[in-house]
Parts: sequence; C-alpha cells; structure tokens
Amino acid sequence: MASANDPFQFKEFEEAGSLLEANRDAVTISIQDEDVKSDKQRKAGANGYEEDPLTDDDSTQLLSGQKESAPFWTFEYYQKFFDVETHHVKERIIGSVLPWPGKNFIHVYLRRNPDLYGPFWICTTLVFAIAISGNISNFLVHLGKPNYKYTPEFQKVTIAATAIFSYAWLVPLALWGFLLWRGNKIMNLVSYSFMEIVCVYGYSLAIYVPAVVIWILPFEWLRWFSVVVALCLSGSVLVMTFWPTVRDDHPKVMVATMAAIVTLNVLLAVGCKAYFFSKPEPDLPVTKSTPTAGIKIPST
Amino acid sequence: PDWFHWTRTSFTEASRPFAGLSDVSISEDIPVEGDISVPVGSSRRDEEFSTLDEPVKETILRDLRAVGNKFIHVLYPKRSSALLRDWDLWGPLLLCVTLALLLQGGAADNDDQGGPQFAEVFVIVWFGSIIITLNSKLLGGTISFFQSLCVLGYCIMPLTVAMIVCRLVLLGSSGTVSFAVRLIVVTASFGWSTFASTAFLADSQPPNRKALVVYPVFLFYFVIGWMVLTFSPSQ
Repeated sequence: MASANDPFQFKEFEEAGSLLEANRDAVTISIQDEDVKSDKQRKAGANGYEEDPLTDDDSTQLLSGQKESAPFWTFEYYQKFFDVETHHVKERIIGSVLPWPGKNFIHVYLRRNPDLYGPFWICTTLVFAIAISGNISNFLVHLGKPNYKYTPEFQKVTIAATAIFSYAWLVPLALWGFLLWRGNKIMNLVSYSFMEIVCVYGYSLAIYVPAVVIWILPFEWLRWFSVVVALCLSGSVLVMTFWPTVRDDHPKVMVATMAAIVTLNVLLAVGCKAYFFSKPEPDLPVTKSTPTAGIKIPST
Repeated sequence: PDWFHWTRTSFTEASRPFAGLSDVSISEDIPVEGDISVPVGSSRRDEEFSTLDEPVKETILRDLRAVGNKFIHVLYPKRSSALLRDWDLWGPLLLCVTLALLLQGGAADNDDQGGPQFAEVFVIVWFGSIIITLNSKLLGGTISFFQSLCVLGYCIMPLTVAMIVCRLVLLGSSGTVSFAVRLIVVTASFGWSTFASTAFLADSQPPNRKALVVYPVFLFYFVIGWMVLTFSPSQ
C-alpha cells in the first residue's frame, strides 16, 4: 500500500509545479494593470509563492483572472460571471451614471471581468421601479376623480419585464453579431465579447432607475427633463464604448451603427414613459383643491 | 481497518500532512440526503425516539413543533443556526399559500387591471427565492440551496401577518387613516423580514460581498410588501 501511495505523492508535487507556473503568470498580469484590484491579486500571488501553494489553489486562480474554461452547463461556468465584489459593482454603476469623455467603460471598469450580477439586478430593479412608480403616478393623476377605482395594475410588471429584458439581451446579441461580422471584414484592433456588451448595456440602464422614480411626480416638464438627462448619460456611455469598434469602418456603417444604438435607447426611454406613465390631466389643480374626497384609495 | 492506517502512516513519515485524508470516512448513521451541517446529535436524537411505533399524532405534532419553533426564530432573529440546521419547506409553503389566498378577492379580480393572481404570487415567491438563492450561491455563499430557500420562505412571515392585519383594517374602513395604518404595518414588517433574513443569510458570505447578497433580498421583500400594501378589496 505504501508503494501505491508513492505515485500519489509524486503527482501532488507535479501539480504544485504547474501551479507555480500559473502563479508566475498571475503576478505578471497584476503588475501590468496596476489599478484597483491588483493589490489583492499580488497578495494572493505572493502567498502562492511563500506558503503551501495547494492551500491557495482556488483563490489564486480566481483572483488572477485566469479562468479555466468550464463547460457552459456547469455551475462554475456561471460563477465566473459573478466574481465581483461590492466596490466593483459600485464603481461600475458610478462609471455608467457619470461617463467621462475618453473613458471607455469596458476598458476602464470591466477589464476582462464582465459580470452578470449588475445587469441582471439593474434590469430587475428597473422593471419593478417602472411598474411601481407607473402605478403611483397613475394614482396621483387620478387622485380625486369620483369614478376612479384604484387597482394595483400588476400586469405592468410583466410588460415592463418583457420590454427591459429583451432590450438588455437582444440588442447586445444583435450588436455582437454585427460587430463580429464587421470585424471579419476590416482589420479592427478593438473587439468585445458578448458578455462585455451585455454588461455595458445592463449598466447603462442604471441611470434610468432614479429617472423612473422622478417620473412619479406629475410634472410633464420634469419628466421630459429627466428623460433627456438619462438619455444623454446612458447614450454617451454606449456611444463612447462602441465608437472604437466601428471607428475604422466605412463612414456610412459607422454612422448607421451609432444611430441604431442611440435610436434604440431613445425608443426604450420614450416608450416606457409614454406607456407606463399617463399624462397629468389639465383639471388636476381643480381636483387638488378638494383633497378630502381624493385620498380614498380603494373606491367603495 | 485501523491497523492498516497505522502501518501506512508509520511507513510514510513524509506524507504525515496527508495522512489525515485517508481517515475520512462517512459513518453510516449520518443521513446521506441531509446537508453538510447536520450534526451527529440530530441522528442520535432520532434513534432515541424510534418513530416506528409512535402514534401518527405524535409524529405530526413533532413536525408542527419544529415548524412553530422556526416561526419563533424568525420573530426573534438572534443569530442562531437553528433555522439553518434542519431546513424544511413546510413553513414556506404554508406562508406562501396563506399570503396568496389572502391576496385573492381583490379589487377588480374579473377585469385585467387587477392585482396579482394566486399563481402570480406563488411564482413570485418561489422563483424569487430560487433566484436569490442562486445569486448567493454564484457569489460564493457557503449556505446550501434548501437552507437558503427555507430561510427566505420563513422570513415572509412578518409580511403574511401584515396581510392579515391589512385585511382586518380594511374590514373596518378604507380611508386615509386605514391607509396610514396599513403603510406603517407593511413598512415595519418589510423591515423585519429583511432584517431577519439577512441575520441568517449574511453570515454565509464573504464580507466584501454582503451588500451584493442583501440587495436582492431587500428587493424581494419590497415587492411582496408592495403587493400587500396595494391590496384593496372589491366591493
């Protein structure tokens, strides 16, 4: 039995040797991009050298950004899209809400680690924010109408979910396919993976959450103002991110791509505003003067 | 056998750190279908009262007592692992069905502008907790799938209680005062639900990811709280 144990031991050392290889690579990567996460990576890499490398196996592999390609039906494959921490998500949301000229969202914030956490939960938040604030605004508009009957309008959730999730997934899919096709035709240095495009689109929706909450207030000028602000911010994130991918292309294609991205964004924002938020009626000030009749929520 | 381990470890002195690996064996009295944190004590307890010859009433009462015990844990969420250790889905099922039934008969059930239907409440509660659980597993949580479902399901209880209170308040009147009372009750129970579930769930996460796990839980109970608050009976 001892003889059977020996090859086992030898194999362990072999693995440790290959792990050191991996760690060496990890350290070079973390030296190359010395921004936010690199401290952690370097620490993990250093630990890998000094201590028993076997104990740091998983963490170094995860932190160094070297993802072994797990097949897509496994849990680990999806785990790598949730490899973010609170401060990453915070930075990415802030980066998408406050775009800065010359800062490419994918290069500055994602850095080869696109996550699905942000896009998914931003979309879910936006769905419920639209449904709930649309319902509240509808209630406020009809406040005081004698024949108005308050209803929760639960089907708005379904419609909003369909609209938001199809925008956040189908548009990136189409854009990814298009960029792949164009990238084959012309020599292009910049290319994005599908997950990166999904991630940019998801985070670019973050600005709409506060905008949608503002839409509760029944002032049409305020709503349009917030629509325009949100459109400018989220549109500029998208345009600045995808500009390098089509910059070297034919001018017509370039303009068409940018126009399509912006138009779809405008369509989503204006469509949501028009569908979920009814206009304040002109006789609102009159009904506001009789609040005692108006606050009854469920009509009897 | 023991002598075998003994001779093997004495042979290979160098592999002493790995010697412990060969000693790992699964003893037969740990149930295979449980989770990792099932202590040996629980199975010993099962052996004490043999469940074969006890009356059916006692068996049911014991399970009911376990469910009731977990309700108390939700009402008074001190950081104990009792809710996590022996998970069951009876309580969540009971609470979810109660909530969905109470949300029926709302305003305008027969036209399409109505509130959530039974199936919608059911789907939101179960799919919501499954998605939150998957989210926390994907983020690297150490809690098992059904433990998390159990905690999320049991922590709906304050909101179910709020729903009962809302229906009672709505029996009386449906004016401003009634709305204010319902708003306070629902807000309090929403806070309670979120607090209780995070007290159980947040410890299973790495500290720099806690907020990422707590936010979906917050959203989940917020939506359920919204459904409870906006319920208005038909007349």
